[in-house]
Amino acid sequence: MLNKFLDLITSLKLTILCLAAGMVLIFAGTLAQVHLGIHEAQQRYFQSFFVWWPADGRGIKFPIFAGGHFIGAVLLINLIAAHAKRFRWAWRKLGIHLTHAGLIIMLAGGLFTDLFAVESHMRLANGETKNYSEDARHDELAVIDTTNPDFDQVTAIPESVLRRNHIIGHPSLPFQIVVRNFFQNSRLRVINEGDTNAQPLANRGPGAQVVVQPMPRATAPDDQNVVTAAIEIIPIDGAGHVQESLGTWLVSDELGAPQRFSWMGKTWQLTMRPARYYKPYSVTLQKFTHEKYAGTEIPKNFASQIALIDPERSLNRDALIYMNHPLRYRGETYYQAGFQKDDSATILQVVHNPSFLAPYIACVIVAAGLLVQFGYHLIGFARRRRAFA
Amino acid sequence: MRRFFPVILFVLAAFWVGASFVPAKKSHDDLNLAGFGKIPVLVGGRVKPLDTVARNSLLIIRSKETLRLDDGRQISALKWLADALFNAPVADQYPAFVIQNADVLGLFGWQQSDRKYFSFAQLAPFLKQIDEQGEQAEKLQAVERSAYQSAILNLRNALVLYQRLKNSVQPEGAEDFAAELQAFEQAVPEAARAARAKETGASFDQAQLDQIAEVMQGYERLADMAYLLAVPQPSGSGDWRSVGQAIMQSIAARGMDPVVKLYASLGDAYRAGDSAAFEETVDRLTDRIGQPQPTGVKRARYEFFFNAVDPFTHSMALYVLAFLLACISWLTWQRPLNRAAFYLLLLAIAVHTFGLVSRMYLQERPPVTNLYSSAIFIGWGAVIVALILERIFRDGIGAACAGAIGFITLIIAHHLAGNGDTLEMLQAVLDTNIWLATHVVAITTGYSAMFLAGMLAIIYIVRGVFTRSLEKNIADSLARMTYGVVCFATLFSFVGTVLGGIWADQSWGRFWGWDPKENGAVLIVLWCAIILHARWGGFIRQRGLMIMAVFGNIVTSFSWFGVNMLGVGLHSYGFMQKAFPWLVGFIISQLALMCVALMPLERWRSFRVTGATRSIKPPVDFVPPELAVKTTAE
Repeated sequence: MLNKFLDLITSLKLTILCLAAGMVLIFAGTLAQVHLGIHEAQQRYFQSFFVWWPADGRGIKFPIFAGGHFIGAVLLINLIAAHAKRFRWAWRKLGIHLTHAGLIIMLAGGLFTDLFAVESHMRLANGETKNYSEDARHDELAVIDTTNPDFDQVTAIPESVLRRNHIIGHPSLPFQIVVRNFFQNSRLRVINEGDTNAQPLANRGPGAQVVVQPMPRATAPDDQNVVTAAIEIIPIDGAGHVQESLGTWLVSDELGAPQRFSWMGKTWQLTMRPARYYKPYSVTLQKFTHEKYAGTEIPKNFASQIALIDPERSLNRDALIYMNHPLRYRGETYYQAGFQKDDSATILQVVHNPSFLAPYIACVIVAAGLLVQFGYHLIGFARRRRAFA
Repeated sequence: MRRFFPVILFVLAAFWVGASFVPAKKSHDDLNLAGFGKIPVLVGGRVKPLDTVARNSLLIIRSKETLRLDDGRQISALKWLADALFNAPVADQYPAFVIQNADVLGLFGWQQSDRKYFSFAQLAPFLKQIDEQGEQAEKLQAVERSAYQSAILNLRNALVLYQRLKNSVQPEGAEDFAAELQAFEQAVPEAARAARAKETGASFDQAQLDQIAEVMQGYERLADMAYLLAVPQPSGSGDWRSVGQAIMQSIAARGMDPVVKLYASLGDAYRAGDSAAFEETVDRLTDRIGQPQPTGVKRARYEFFFNAVDPFTHSMALYVLAFLLACISWLTWQRPLNRAAFYLLLLAIAVHTFGLVSRMYLQERPPVTNLYSSAIFIGWGAVIVALILERIFRDGIGAACAGAIGFITLIIAHHLAGNGDTLEMLQAVLDTNIWLATHVVAITTGYSAMFLAGMLAIIYIVRGVFTRSLEKNIADSLARMTYGVVCFATLFSFVGTVLGGIWADQSWGRFWGWDPKENGAVLIVLWCAIILHARWGGFIRQRGLMIMAVFGNIVTSFSWFGVNMLGVGLHSYGFMQKAFPWLVGFIISQLALMCVALMPLERWRSFRVTGATRSIKPPVDFVPPELAVKTTAE
């Protein structure tokens, strides 16, 4: 039994099956991008263990095909197992060994990147300074204690926690947050005077004049989800007893300014905003340039001149971030990603990817392996021809 | 005869090609436009000769690079451009606009007939209608437009381009622009005095001020309309201005740029048909532009030469001829035809290389910068590898592949050129010669090798199934070639794909983004890996290898073109509706070939046992070298 299993996971047939399944998956995933957009298709097809059908249904779902992680994992196991079992050193096999070793590094690196890389962006207007980047896809509910004039204390609740949990508490908060409603995507509409049927979800703040209309999750590349939640604030006294509710607030991407309330002599702010990643250093945009070719609208170059200030390492330096020339600093890489339409602000992509070197190494090893292997064939072929002639 | 045939054919072909390298004698046109065609201007961000502007514009407007008049006379694009620039009323009568869509014709109350070319004068009454309809169509995504909407939008864009051209170096239809400019130049100080007088409250000539204001308005419009930036900044800063802008700037600079005046005199000489004055003015104008723009003039001259040589059309014809000769060589006259095909291919690849290198010189870029140049390069790479195979095996197979792939890729390139300039400037993110030279070249070389392997497989299948010419040694050498080329393709596709990932990591911060074009590339790598592993594992033999190599054609064509048609992702260079049926047709043809190849081997003509005369068995199954060692050892 074990032998049979070992035979299976080390077999060349399994390799071919995985490669073929990979082709089918990639083909289907590529076509799916037309309707789903790149991000959604990527999630469903490539960054999953199974491709589910129906994808959106809340009821029963069936796995209809292996997902990218599944195929990648099987391929990786197959690769390692086959080589562990059959490995026999021979110069003539150097090429094959190198190629596959490189592939192992590449697959493992890819998996590592999928798990640990964090992408965010930093939007900077001319002259603006920031010490955080923002997530393009995920929100957080920031609960900010603004009592002390010298600093704000921020408690950030990730969107995923809001979605999953009903009651949220934290030692830094003297109250519980009860999530009454949560919408992944929504539109807000101000209630008209004659509109008697409309039922607002909140009874405090501007949300009390608003109805929420649920929307399907955004899939188009330029579409953004408008995350909205109705939250009730229920205070807890020093002894841990629940007090009477302070009311229900609506927090949403579409509601701009933070909403305030007071409790126990402290002032609090509530705001739904893109999730932030704080840095131990700050970035200031000094100048953004957008060059075009003369007489056309074809962009020639985008460049952001920035100042980097890191008090921890007593560093203060200028840097230029432009096309194909990112800035790497403290494990993060800043790329020129976009700009505001009127060129008044730049958008930098910020990537934290601990395994970014893996593909570089893997590429060199695999290329060397293929060269050795095919070179070996070629020399053999030439020799045989000469012997023949 | 047999011995000399290849040489004679080669010499004839070389003469034919060589003739295009010699500048044409003075044409039958009244004026010699060659010098005019070499004048550099800035269009689309690139300095190019007027000849290129003429060809590209006419290609956009008329889908052809030449113009046939109603009386049957053919005129060059350059002649058409000269008339549009200097003699608009004449150019308005040329049937330069192509309209084939019946609904568009119906819009004007015209019936679809044999006639598909119309003049500006004929369309003039409907300009407002065309503009409105075109504007509506423009709001839609390219994918959403109906055939009518695409056609009306194309017509509108063509009309806009034409009208901008007419107002590029002088106001449309000006009869004596040189004199007009002179009058303006003289009037300016006078008007300035009047304007100052008006400010200080002194008496001034209101009529004169109004008149000059009106003229200036006209020049401002000219500056807005101009399609060509024809006047280089004399300071040598590398900037260019339109004639209209230069006139407006002349007021502050207190002096008209000589280039503007020379263009005006050129127009006068052109309209007068004064050949001597025209050529002399062309020379002076070129000299003048050359002072701040010496390289611009040099390059424009070279590009004019490149246009005149038309290398890709020549090599296309040579490829097709070589392909036919190689195919016929399998039936009869084997050696002479084979050799003739090889010689022709050498000539063709020389001309092809000349074209490729010229484009690199003109653009100062590695060979592949857009879809058009990828077609040119894929053909080039495949032909070279095929020629090496031909040199080794000398059986006409490499030659046939070279001819077929060279011809087909150049045809594809020809059809991709319809959007105008094929040497267009590159978007910011592509503006990096390192990655264009490594990633893009490696990927396209991989495409070349895949198509070559597919072509070899097609020859195997067609010769095996339909003829008796696939003898065992030929089949074996075909299999060896195909295997070798697939290895080559694997190496380049893999390296190219990973280099693309590294480029993406450099410019967007992610190594792999599952962008359609990336997926297309990885599909090729996976397919190569499957072929090689299936062969190493002994799951496929000679025929299986061939069938899989043909499928490689499908994978590669999807990766090259198919993903661009999806219209998503960072690599989509515009939706190519027109190419879609061709792609589908190609895929069906390849699937059909694969089905044919799946017939039992006894049904293949080459392997059919017919009595005692041929006792050929199906080919001995290919045993890979490693397994061969094993079987003998056991």
